[in-house]
Amino acid sequence: MENKEKFLEILYLMVKIRRVEERIDNLFAQGKIPGFLHVSIGQEAIAAGVCSCLDAEDSILTTHRGHGQALAKGMDLNRFMAEIYGRKDGCCKGKSGSMHIASKEDGVVGSNGIVGGGLPISLGTAFASMYRGEKNVTVCFFGDGASNQGTFHEALNLAALWNLPIVFCCENNGWAQFTSQKRYMKLENISKRAEAYGMPGVTVDGSDVLTVRGEAEKAVARARAGEGPTLLECKTRRWAGHYVGDPQKYRSPDDTREAKEHDPIARFAAFLMESKYIGPAHMDALETKVKSEIDEAVAFAEGSPVAAADELFTDVYA
Amino acid sequence: MREIRYIKAITEALSEEMARDEDVFIIGEDVGGPGGAFGATRGLLETFGDRRVKDTPISESAIVGLATGAAISGLRPVAEIMFADFLAVCMDQIVNQMAKTRYMFGGMYTMPVVIRTSCGGGLNAGPQHSQCLEAWFAHVPGLKVVMPSTPYDVKGLLKSAIRDDNPVLFFEHKALYAMKGEIPDGEYLVPIGKADVKRPGKDVSVVATSRMVHQALEAAKVLSGEGIDTEVIDLRTISPLDKETILQSVEKTSRLVIAHEAVKAFGIGAEIAAMVCEEMIDRLDAPVTRVGAPFVPTPFNLENLYLPNAGDVAAAVRNVMEF
Repeated sequence: MENKEKFLEILYLMVKIRRVEERIDNLFAQGKIPGFLHVSIGQEAIAAGVCSCLDAEDSILTTHRGHGQALAKGMDLNRFMAEIYGRKDGCCKGKSGSMHIASKEDGVVGSNGIVGGGLPISLGTAFASMYRGEKNVTVCFFGDGASNQGTFHEALNLAALWNLPIVFCCENNGWAQFTSQKRYMKLENISKRAEAYGMPGVTVDGSDVLTVRGEAEKAVARARAGEGPTLLECKTRRWAGHYVGDPQKYRSPDDTREAKEHDPIARFAAFLMESKYIGPAHMDALETKVKSEIDEAVAFAEGSPVAAADELFTDVYA
Repeated sequence: MREIRYIKAITEALSEEMARDEDVFIIGEDVGGPGGAFGATRGLLETFGDRRVKDTPISESAIVGLATGAAISGLRPVAEIMFADFLAVCMDQIVNQMAKTRYMFGGMYTMPVVIRTSCGGGLNAGPQHSQCLEAWFAHVPGLKVVMPSTPYDVKGLLKSAIRDDNPVLFFEHKALYAMKGEIPDGEYLVPIGKADVKRPGKDVSVVATSRMVHQALEAAKVLSGEGIDTEVIDLRTISPLDKETILQSVEKTSRLVIAHEAVKAFGIGAEIAAMVCEEMIDRLDAPVTRVGAPFVPTPFNLENLYLPNAGDVAAAVRNVMEF
């Protein structure tokens, strides 16, 4: 049972991510959170599986759908929630909101509102580690849609050429905003592109957290050993719309129903149950713990003041 | 003092800052072995090695993105984008990423990146290798924009840019690379954000940038024979704009001409004109006048017709004097 502690941590993270996303969805509907929100419900296994392989000093870059990875990398939920609210005590002082979550001390370099925008930046954090002779790894999360941006090509080519310590983690949920994968690319597996850059590529079932973790461990170890980057494609399902409030008129109800048949949390919980890592009462206790953490975070966020007017002008220049 | 070419002054600045600070590295296309398309980084690979002088594929977004990520991690990259025109290729990385990283993350990071690039015409390089695009970047909060016109300024300003904790777009004029000028033997810095009065005068102020500084000085010489005493201000930094030096000069002369090589329409001349009108329209004795390129791409064949020159500056000055 040597893995028990890690497994329970992963389960906790997955449940936490889902419940946070659900709460955010709900708070948005109540008009409490402004702006554009993108939730990752159904994709929790990738954030939890990959980030569970990383050390505190490692870095991640995430996307507009980046809440899950930020939390999985260890961000404080209170400061996260205050940021979603745009409040003073948020991790970015309220200036980032949902789309640009970052936390330097946790190695959450930043989330990005430009599809494919983080890929070139990940070269830099990885380069800095190599430049200084450190062993830190950068994981760059991006979506299937980003794999058709020019930045994907530039970043993967250079990373492979210089053996940069990066894991390119493609969360393939089958949707580039409102367009399904078969309508925007001929390939089924994006990992196939890795060969063109001279790096290993692998496609895994992104609903299976242990498979994700297994392949991520290999990719992280390879990067840490100075052997270069890996393209890790995790096939997943986007349960909700592109943005919170998306009526999804472009998507058939069957597709949404099918997506929800792939539940990474139910699947992992069942495995843990069968393997006797957890008992029947575990999930209820976990839900209670997570709910109380979220309640506390929401209270913290709502109790945090909005920024003073002069904050408008700070942080433009150092 | 000693005489040195503009291009060599750049090499000296890079070399001195790399020797001074281990966190400074150079990245760009052909910056290593070949020493850059114009030779600005020549010799640096031999001195500092391929760990700190990085040749890249032709991937401008990767160059700027890597610089941004490295700066997030505390390094001080100096990226070379061969021609200013190619900045358009990596605009997202500059404008949405590098320029906004500090602000949108609430001051979490500093962004000490310098992007060196060559701008301007005069080499018959045609529409995609000759543009002056500084106004694009001056319009973006978070960026600083520098445009030196002499060997002295280019060295001192580049050293300041490398030490600055903000992203700096550093526009070198390719027609000035061969120009010679005097610099001190020892180390010196030229501050960012400070214009320089290159020629004092009392009748009219000409605010010029980059190559047009020399055109303005040439015009001033001709005009002095006509009894017109022209003050030539070299802006040196586009953003942040040194309003004080401009306003002080206009306070004295009451007449203002702005000369830049970029297309006149929607350029920085418009910004300066508006600023002066907002601050002191009652002090002006003549309309503020701009000299700039016509609203056409830079032609290969008719470049001489296209580029604003000393004659254009002199004509503009005569117009405001006769108003």
